[in-house]
Amino acid sequence: MRRDLGWWALLAPAFLLMTAFYLAPILQVLAISFTEPTPGLGNYERLLTNPAVQRVIGTTLRICLITTLISLALGYALAYVIALASPRARRWWLLGVLVPLWISVLVRAFAWVTLLRRQGLVNQGLQSLGAIEAPLALVWNETGIVIGMVHYMVPYAVLPILGAMREIDPRVLAAARGLGASRGTVFFRVFLPLSAPGLAAAAMLVFIVTLGFYITPAILGGGKTLMAAEWIKLQILDLVRWGLGAMLASVMVVTILVLLGIFSRVVNLRRLFGAGA
Amino acid sequence: MSAAAHALALHRLGKRYGAVAAVDDVSLGVERGEFLTLLGPSGSGKTTILMMIAGFTEPSSGAVRLDGRDITGLPPERRDFGMVFQGYALFPHLTVAENIAFPLRVRGLGRAAREAKVRGALDLVQLAGLAERRPAQLSGGQQQRVALARALVFDPNLLLLDEPLSALDKKLRAELQEELRALHRRIGRTFVNVTHDQEEALSLSDKVAILNHGRLIQIGQPAALYERPATRFVAGFLGTSNFLAGAVMDVAEGGFTLALGATRLVQEGAPPGARALLSLRPEKIALLAPGERATNEVAGHIAGWLYLGAGYALQVATADCGEVRVTLPAWRAPIAPATGLPVRLGWPADAAVVVAEDADAP
Ligand SMILES: Nc1ncnc2c1ncn2[C@@H]1O[C@H](COP(=O)(O)OP(=O)(O)OP(=O)(O)O)[C@@H](O)[C@H]1O
Ligand SMILES: [Mg+2]
Repeated sequence: MRRDLGWWALLAPAFLLMTAFYLAPILQVLAISFTEPTPGLGNYERLLTNPAVQRVIGTTLRICLITTLISLALGYALAYVIALASPRARRWWLLGVLVPLWISVLVRAFAWVTLLRRQGLVNQGLQSLGAIEAPLALVWNETGIVIGMVHYMVPYAVLPILGAMREIDPRVLAAARGLGASRGTVFFRVFLPLSAPGLAAAAMLVFIVTLGFYITPAILGGGKTLMAAEWIKLQILDLVRWGLGAMLASVMVVTILVLLGIFSRVVNLRRLFGAGA
Repeated sequence: MSAAAHALALHRLGKRYGAVAAVDDVSLGVERGEFLTLLGPSGSGKTTILMMIAGFTEPSSGAVRLDGRDITGLPPERRDFGMVFQGYALFPHLTVAENIAFPLRVRGLGRAAREAKVRGALDLVQLAGLAERRPAQLSGGQQQRVALARALVFDPNLLLLDEPLSALDKKLRAELQEELRALHRRIGRTFVNVTHDQEEALSLSDKVAILNHGRLIQIGQPAALYERPATRFVAGFLGTSNFLAGAVMDVAEGGFTLALGATRLVQEGAPPGARALLSLRPEKIALLAPGERATNEVAGHIAGWLYLGAGYALQVATADCGEVRVTLPAWRAPIAPATGLPVRLGWPADAAVVVAEDADAP
């Protein structure tokens, strides 16, 4: 009993800190969404009635889904190469995947702007190769946002997928070939299902993180394509519609919590498959 | 599927891992429909040989031939061999039934045919009730039986088994050994089995290959290996043996005399040189009654003894032959064993065999 008390005492400062600086503001935001400008469910009603709100949510979900899918595909391919590489090569690959994480997201967004704009390296390169006539609109639209976000998210996709791949017993893959499966069949019938828990975890992680993206869409979207985070900022700071901004923020927090609940289920699936048990 | 079993030949097969020769210049043949067992202590290269036959490990030298055709470079899935891996290697995401159906599925068999075959295989290994479980929910022995069923279900012409029964309890193992032998007789396929259980090797196989340090020491029928081991290692590894080393004297037609201190032993066969090493099985030594005579007689006293149910194992201390191990049936035993009891041992000239010392391990 006394021992337990001691543990709680040790946890108390962290608990107080979390409450004061994390939980309390969130609860306040939640409260504002019900009280401003008039008490009631008025703000939430707009979810169903206001086309502008619906458009923002639609844009956000679409961009996040596309980003997640592309990040997963690229992340899976990268993780596959890393999992099969020799230990030495693996270290270099991992370094290559992780280094971008240390570069400021702001720097990366501006770097993409210079690369993708009409007179940027990509368009000029393609034009001088004769691949395109007129420059492509690669930035200040959804394409630009997706490119920037995918670049940011691929490492987050690689790590859980790689974790699942490295748990796969190579003898099981050998057994599959010994039983008559070609390399392709081994991949689709054995390797892919066994790495699926990692894929699911990566999907959740990437999707949740992309939902809250602010800087990348703000810069690469050029103010024309609004995603949720920027829209909230616009409501609160520029239009001083606190209630509406807080409502969307609350909706996002709840969505993420629900997704996390599903996510923990997915992680448990791994146990069920006997992968890590 | 056609009843054509495969004939397999290994030609000067070798595998090096850095400086270590896991398999060293092994040549052997397996006839169509034969049951060959690779027997040897841990690390002797059994699994490595099997992996080279299956195509998972690339030989450093030599060739694998199937019906006279060189298959050394053929990928494993094109060899069409059934295989049970050491450690089972079941698919963790598939149920027992799906595991067993896997080789049928990749061969494009229809659902109905698949289900019938899976059911037959499940019955064969007595796992009919567990079809819907996942491997993680099975005991080690049950997993092993699933692996066996999965290897058998597509009627492969050559079956490779890497210690398929090692995790089973004694009774189940005996049952499955019986089943395996019956199966081999029934389907007439070629089997290559790996074990370090010498009883399993002797009772199941048409032919046994003894390996040590990656080298093939001797290959032959079980009885021939047991009765005429070529080297000290084979004699000691298959069953137990006494070893008697001495100087060769009086070479005569069909036999010679061996001198160990003051003791003279008469032995059949030709001596290998000035010195000879004999392997003498404990069950071939008799306890002589007072006045009874034998070609070879050695006196000593019992230094220790064990009761084994069916018999006794005696350690007899002798002046010139060291400690000699003797077994005798317990029922109506000629003596009641007791430590210190003086006994006389006797055996005929053809009881022991001349064996070679093994070449030094690398
Ligand atoms: N991939 C590898 N890399 C390096 N050495 C290896 C490798 N595989 C096997 N060896 C070595 O080769 C030798 C033979 O191994 P192998 O697995 O064939 O033995 P085994 O006879 O099957 O033994 P056990 O009865 O313990 O299964 C051992 O000394 C082992 O350490
Ligand atoms: Mg082995």
